[in-house]
Amino acid sequence: MPDTAQPPKSAAIEARGLSKHFGDVRAVDGIDLDVPRGMIFGILGPNGAGKTTLLRMLATLLPPDAGSAKVLGYDLAKSPHDVRGSIAMTGQFASLDEDLTGRENLILLARLWGFRGQSAKERADDLLTAFDLADASTKQVKDYSGGMRRRLDIAASLVVTPGVLFLDEPTTGLDPMARKSVWRMIRSLSEAGVTILLTTQYLEEADQLAARIAVIDHGKKIAEGTSRELKAATGSGFLHLTLVDATRIEEAERLLAEITGSKAQRSSESAALSLMVDTPQNANRGLAALIAANIELADFSMGAPSLDEVFFALTGHITESQPSPGEA
Amino acid sequence: MDNETATTSLIYATRPPQPSALSNALVFGWRAVLKFKHVPEQLFDLVMTPIMFTLLFTFVFGGALSGSTAAYLQYFLPGILVQTVVFNSMYSGMGLSTDLGKGLFDRFRSLPIWSLSPFAGLMVGDILRHLIASLLILFIGVLLGYRPEGGIMGVVEALLLLVVIGFGFGWIFLVLGLVMRTPSTVMTMAFTGIMPLVFASNIMVDPATMPGWLRLFVDVNPVSLMTTAMRGLMAGNATATQLGAALIAPILLTIVLAPLTLYLYRRK
Repeated sequence: MPDTAQPPKSAAIEARGLSKHFGDVRAVDGIDLDVPRGMIFGILGPNGAGKTTLLRMLATLLPPDAGSAKVLGYDLAKSPHDVRGSIAMTGQFASLDEDLTGRENLILLARLWGFRGQSAKERADDLLTAFDLADASTKQVKDYSGGMRRRLDIAASLVVTPGVLFLDEPTTGLDPMARKSVWRMIRSLSEAGVTILLTTQYLEEADQLAARIAVIDHGKKIAEGTSRELKAATGSGFLHLTLVDATRIEEAERLLAEITGSKAQRSSESAALSLMVDTPQNANRGLAALIAANIELADFSMGAPSLDEVFFALTGHITESQPSPGEA
Repeated sequence: MDNETATTSLIYATRPPQPSALSNALVFGWRAVLKFKHVPEQLFDLVMTPIMFTLLFTFVFGGALSGSTAAYLQYFLPGILVQTVVFNSMYSGMGLSTDLGKGLFDRFRSLPIWSLSPFAGLMVGDILRHLIASLLILFIGVLLGYRPEGGIMGVVEALLLLVVIGFGFGWIFLVLGLVMRTPSTVMTMAFTGIMPLVFASNIMVDPATMPGWLRLFVDVNPVSLMTTAMRGLMAGNATATQLGAALIAPILLTIVLAPLTLYLYRRK
């Protein structure tokens, strides 16, 4: 950790009642956050939930309208310069100079951090090698692919290893290969002791990476916990069913509601149902009722709820699966 | 990506000593120089229009306006330099708008650096742009037969005045760059604002033949005042009054708009 000089007890992030309004829109509406040092903490929410605004406030880019926060013990309002000295932020869109080469972008930042002459170039080259960009180092960034830009963008945040790294939707718009590679990078940074606060609208991403997850919607935190806790809070399990005959789905829904007492959630595929059940016995009874009514099942399974289902249970609406790049 | 390398060489926890504000500013100046290296075609944007103006006005209208093309070139060239610099001062505003749109300034603003150093870099870029464009146009003018009677000293002083003019007018476009959403809006605003200012001036013709109501404006138009001083410097006979009058607009613009720029930037 780069901040041994600071009081060892302070949390990485400690936010109380952070709020930001844009006109009538409460983009962030009184969020409390406690992130211990060294953790990967996920902020999960749909587009427009306020994730980016929250991150921008914590990164000193936007003054809060109300509330306060400390980052590594430094108060956002009182010592923003110290906060900036111990954080790095990788925004949603690659914040790079497209006209310069990848290497020049990194040298520029290294010099701004105070590396001089040769040491700035060495630092840039180290990062390029580590991020598998050495071959493209003399190409202009405008000729980079999406995955390369994202890697360079994250490299740019690591010129001096930050105490806290903010990543705003680090894999939005990346193909599965590039996404996996960014995930690996995030994990290895975390192993090296960097606290990471990342936002995502991919439930899988939060599930894969984050030790704790805060779910936010309409600027409010609606749940927080480990992925396991969030799932447990939603119920012990989910029964997933696929009918052979899609036309009988309403009948099945009604039957299941009568027997188990919980309302089934229809998935986007027409013939599939998910149902929260508190005990396996209850699931059994539901299945038995369907068989008795001669409703044939193509497939069924019992499992812990996915984060999608958690999100549905918490907010009452389904997350958008298609990301769109315009979140406020 | 190689995971092993990542873990070991990514970590650089010892932060170098904090660089000075001047050092930050110089780094941004270096960025402006790199832009010239990678995007040399931007020089075309800077000088093509003024060169075309110089050729067209000199050879098409010159004889009719001043009796001979040579006499007209001698009158016109200092003016076209002022026009060029005033137009080109919009480029840093456009650059600022581009950087803001790309999120580049978010990164700069989340660094522990002197918060105004990115602007210093834009200024360095501006000064380079003005000097390069002015020298190119001057060179073409000399090829066509223009002779600065004030000699080298006169030219150097004239270039200095041009840099000051560009600096002053640059603030207008930095403010626009912070307020407007897209670089092209900045450009459109710039053209709409600058065109009348440049044409209703003494750059192209002697205002003696203009109607009285227009002369009232032309005589106090800052572009006219700056052009008069430029002619004086290039000819080696500028008066202190002319220089003072030419400096009013750049100084006023800086005094009023520099704090506004900082306010808008910090608030953003």
